[in-house]
Amino acid sequence: MEKRVLVTGATSAMGRAFVKELAIKGHSLILAGRSEAELESVATDTRIRFGVQVEVCLYDALAMDAAARLEEDLTRNSKLALHGVVFCHGFMPDEVSAETDTELREATIRVNYISTVNLIEVFKPYLSVGEYCFFCTLTSVAGDRGRPSNALYGSSKGALSLYLSGFRSRVFEQGIRVVNVKPGFVDTRMTWGLPGLFAVARPETVAVHALQGVSRNHGVVYSPKFWRLIMLLIRVIPDIVFRRLKI
Amino acid sequence: MRGDYAFERFHGEPPLSVIRSRSLDLSGWGRFPVEKCDAYRPESVEEIRELIRVAPSESLISRGMGRSYGDASLNSGRGVILHERLNRILSFDPETGLLHCEASVTLAEIIDVFLPQGFFPAVTPGSKNISLGGAIAADVHGKNHHRDGTISGQVLGFHVLTGEGELVSCSRSENSRLFWATLGGMGLTGAVVDVRLKLRRVDSSYLKTQTIRTTDLQETLDEIILRDRDYDYSVAWIDCLARKKSLGRALLLRANPASPSELPSFERESPYSIRRKLPLTVPFSMPSFFLNSGNMKAFNSCFYWWPRRTEALRDFESYFYPLDAISNWNRVYGQKGVLQYQLVLPLESSSQGLREILERVAESGWASFLGVLKSTGPESGGLLSFPFEGTSLALDFPNRHDSIFAFLRELDRLVIHYGGRTYLAKDSSLTPSAFRTMYPAYEDFLEVKAEVDPNGRFSSSLSRRIGLTE
Repeated sequence: MEKRVLVTGATSAMGRAFVKELAIKGHSLILAGRSEAELESVATDTRIRFGVQVEVCLYDALAMDAAARLEEDLTRNSKLALHGVVFCHGFMPDEVSAETDTELREATIRVNYISTVNLIEVFKPYLSVGEYCFFCTLTSVAGDRGRPSNALYGSSKGALSLYLSGFRSRVFEQGIRVVNVKPGFVDTRMTWGLPGLFAVARPETVAVHALQGVSRNHGVVYSPKFWRLIMLLIRVIPDIVFRRLKI
Repeated sequence: MRGDYAFERFHGEPPLSVIRSRSLDLSGWGRFPVEKCDAYRPESVEEIRELIRVAPSESLISRGMGRSYGDASLNSGRGVILHERLNRILSFDPETGLLHCEASVTLAEIIDVFLPQGFFPAVTPGSKNISLGGAIAADVHGKNHHRDGTISGQVLGFHVLTGEGELVSCSRSENSRLFWATLGGMGLTGAVVDVRLKLRRVDSSYLKTQTIRTTDLQETLDEIILRDRDYDYSVAWIDCLARKKSLGRALLLRANPASPSELPSFERESPYSIRRKLPLTVPFSMPSFFLNSGNMKAFNSCFYWWPRRTEALRDFESYFYPLDAISNWNRVYGQKGVLQYQLVLPLESSSQGLREILERVAESGWASFLGVLKSTGPESGGLLSFPFEGTSLALDFPNRHDSIFAFLRELDRLVIHYGGRTYLAKDSSLTPSAFRTMYPAYEDFLEVKAEVDPNGRFSSSLSRRIGLTE
């Protein structure tokens, strides 16, 4: 039985939190990310601390054919079988610059939405269907309703949420678990120093909630949980009111 | 990576957080002083380099676990580099015990990972919640200083990212001047990013400890100066409120490592196990009147007279880190925090000097929890390292009133009179002139600093207070 999990964005704080929690559970890992040196550091650290097998592979969500290249790299030497894939790569642009910067807008959508959709479709055949296997995707509470401060970022995550919802039904009968994790504010470099944050969660907390969601086969996981209520309230505000709010 | 990118300009672009800081009220472990600093939190060495280059803050200082007591890891109104996310273990050789890791790996993590494999840090201070970078910056020592010296003896080398953004490899043979300026250099030579450290092989996680009471200062000093050589680890908890005949009475806690055959039979199976203790915490700051001299006197006496077994097996945790068992124990000193004061006196003036200092402390009414007395071995070679051969005494004074500073000035004068010095990692009151007298090698230090950091990119509240930097 193969218990290998692929983690993208593995050198980020969020990725490292997942790597740690998965390693504690005894999974062997494949770490994907942009910097070989950083990947090797995380991999060695994980091997020494937890005694699990860890491989690394370069992956840049902005590269052409990124998913196909990752597939090629991972299947070149041996047969690939995955227990799950965790998507931790992501990008939050400066929304004000994005208003006038076409490339920045497209890069955001490519990193947050297109690359993940491609990875999901490319790696679906490699999941060891039969036992429980999973895709665990980090989207965001920002994807639940577009707000002026993060319209672009939120829409890229929201689009992914819609995709996951459809995909979940499509693969339901094959027993693939598709878990959409929607964190609130997380203490990562994406949010460090931003104004107006509250109830900032540790990356480890989000990783633990997410993997609980995987083992309980939840479709959507809010982390911390109270965000489910907050976002419910935000979603039910009628548009005629919402368009006047600057939240 | 080969090939094309959809958006060439984003490839390899340093993440935004490099230049984004967060304004935080920071303090050292003594919770005095508290200062507003611009905190940066890089996640890779490259980010620190970028930070040194572009950060708008006037100067920077590295901060690991913030376990130095005073303002060594603070930079009032300027930049603090939080190293906490640079904590990866980079390699370990189980044959030799050679560990290579990033600087914010803590001793606690090292113990968690490597004690089960039979390795332990050869030198450890009284808390394990310290980062290796901080250990190097303060050139920390432990209960075995009389035998093994400071942690510098176990450090094979490290990389320093200097104020010029240059990554310099340092060891005894390579850039040795920077090596010895950085050990004990309070982070002022640059950011230590990784460390090569030799761990010691141990046979078990237990120590054979011996606890004895001494009745006065002379007996205490005789014991620790003449008989410490029979023990790997030795420390004396001194009752610094006892006066007259009892002045300097102490509890001596000494220990040697236990071999597996000396363990009780049920522990022999797993000699590296450490019994998990109940997690204790001080939930909030104690009101400051709690630490009045009456209470302190009672506490000190109880601690001294509390019945103890003279010989006992104790695990590393309870011998080395008794206070780590209570998280946030620094809150017992109240809102305004505590001033630590650790001094070392040379052997020849130890007896007279300690007597005078202890008398002053006892009569001053500045109540203190138990003081810690320890015989120290030869100097390490670090230009600003603290310990030299003699006797070291650590005291703590709750910050109840501003007159404490005048009192500490007076202690400074006594320490200087007896040829001693105080510990920068615990200090929050030293003056420039006292510092220069205590640390005559500061000129050599400044020479090295001027070479690696000509623009003064690294400075801290401490370095400005003691006049070491602008």
